[in-house]
Amino acid sequence: MYDMKALYEASSVEEAVALRVAHPEAQIIAGGSDVLVQMREGRRAGKELISIYGIDALRGVSLDAEEALRIGSLTSFSHITRDPLIQKYCNVLGEAVDQVGSPQIRNIGTIGGNTCNGVTSADSASTLHAYEAIVELTGQNGVRRLPIKDFYIKAGQVDIKPDEIQTAILIPKASWENTFGHYIKYGLRNAMEIATLGCSVNVRLSADKRTIERCRIAYGVAGPVPMRCPSAEAAANGAAPSKALAERFARAVIDDINPRDSWRASKAFRQHIAVEMAKRALTRAVELAGGEMA
Amino acid sequence: MSAQYKLVHCTINGKEVEKMVDVRASLTDMLRNDYHLTSVKKGCEVGECGACNVLINGEAFNSCIYLAVWAEGKDIRTLEGLLSPDGELSDIQKAFVEETAIQCGFCTPGFIMTAVEILETGKLYTDEELRKLLSGHLCRCTGYENIFRAVKKTMYRRHGKAIDF
Ligand SMILES: Cc1cc2nc3c(=O)[nH]c(=O)nc-3n(C[C@H](O)[C@H](O)[C@H](O)COP(=O)(O)OP(=O)(O)OC[C@H]3O[C@@H](n4cnc5c(N)ncnc54)[C@H](O)[C@@H]3O)c2cc1C
Ligand code: FES
Ligand code: FES
Repeated sequence: MYDMKALYEASSVEEAVALRVAHPEAQIIAGGSDVLVQMREGRRAGKELISIYGIDALRGVSLDAEEALRIGSLTSFSHITRDPLIQKYCNVLGEAVDQVGSPQIRNIGTIGGNTCNGVTSADSASTLHAYEAIVELTGQNGVRRLPIKDFYIKAGQVDIKPDEIQTAILIPKASWENTFGHYIKYGLRNAMEIATLGCSVNVRLSADKRTIERCRIAYGVAGPVPMRCPSAEAAANGAAPSKALAERFARAVIDDINPRDSWRASKAFRQHIAVEMAKRALTRAVELAGGEMA
Repeated sequence: MSAQYKLVHCTINGKEVEKMVDVRASLTDMLRNDYHLTSVKKGCEVGECGACNVLINGEAFNSCIYLAVWAEGKDIRTLEGLLSPDGELSDIQKAFVEETAIQCGFCTPGFIMTAVEILETGKLYTDEELRKLLSGHLCRCTGYENIFRAVKKTMYRRHGKAIDF
């Protein structure tokens, strides 16, 4: 038995919003792979929960009217990886979430939970930052959308109002079109491991593949929340893909990131692998886009 | 506060059932205590070891971090459901015996249910893919190699293919 005070179940977004208003103390549970573990450990003991797991309308991936990739917040990791639209337009996201925990965790864990927990090591977060994803929240007054970088306030805290739930994550067409990305997770073992550092890079090349028109890079665990690297991106934007560029790009990352010492790894080690991961992820992204590192 | 109960109706191993369930119960609690399906083990109870793994609508879930009330309307399968009506073991269970993939047996039901999910995809996986698909289970006895062989052997048999380990 879980040490739970009460459970309220929502079967629609409207019901969830109404329950949020009626029970301001209650916490949301989606797949529960963070919430139930923390309840078991005592960190969330004795709390009231609002379960949104039964809201099937929040599952699945589609293209909306503006051709943004729309990922319902309750879509599980395994369903994201297997989804044909994700594979076609943002394969790197499917690959990134395929590195979460274990197959069973990927069947229960949702992308909504992975972003609403505000955790820097979340395996979806760096790719969503690198694709400038839009977070959709629904509350009493309707729908609110904000860029993912503004959604994260600080470690463990995101911008969700007391009456809101997250209903979708969108990747605008301008962000996925003609864009290819690669994610690298550095962990001490392959499965059941939280990232020591996560790095996601994507590029759009010119038609002749000789110029990087747009490069974006984001890290998890390089700071308290997932972060982009403006200096590194500036070094790559408009440049010709080459090994020398990859070196310059990767070294510039050091100016942007701010990792810390933890039991998992030292700051110096994280900085060291951040450079190597940037180089490898850029190289792979350029290859996926059909280019060559001259 | 007083206990809160809910009527949960679902299919377990092919049989439609319903029971009043405490909303604080995990699916492990429900399957073990209300339905006496003791193949569902309590290991870590925090989603790490896979001992409590069952199939829900064909996908593998750690039932220790799954609320019992979420079982409403679902199709749930546990190891008990693999036995044929005359008590005969299924091919994957036999392979575990043949390959000595079982020592204490605590991890076995969970591993086998993941194997069932893998086998039912009908795909022929590479060794690397298979290792990844089995990575959600801890075994403190066998060293995993025999478990891997049992699953691989069954996968090859179902494809009518000869196996070379
Ligand atoms: C064994 C194990 C291994 C793991 N390994 C990894 C890993 O390798 N990488 C990784 O990134 N994560 C990992 N996790 C963590 C977890 O699985 C993920 O963070 C997952 O995405 C959480 O999703 P959930 O639906 O289970 O969230 P829940 O536990 O239900 O919720 C998480 C948080 O988000 C809030 N929330 C959830 N959905 C919404 C919503 N729609 N609107 C508003 N608030 C919401 C909840 O209130 C809660 O604070 C692991 C967990 C376990 C148990
Ligand atoms: S008992 Fe459920 S995963 Fe360990
Ligand atoms: S056989 Fe003992 S834990 Fe696997």
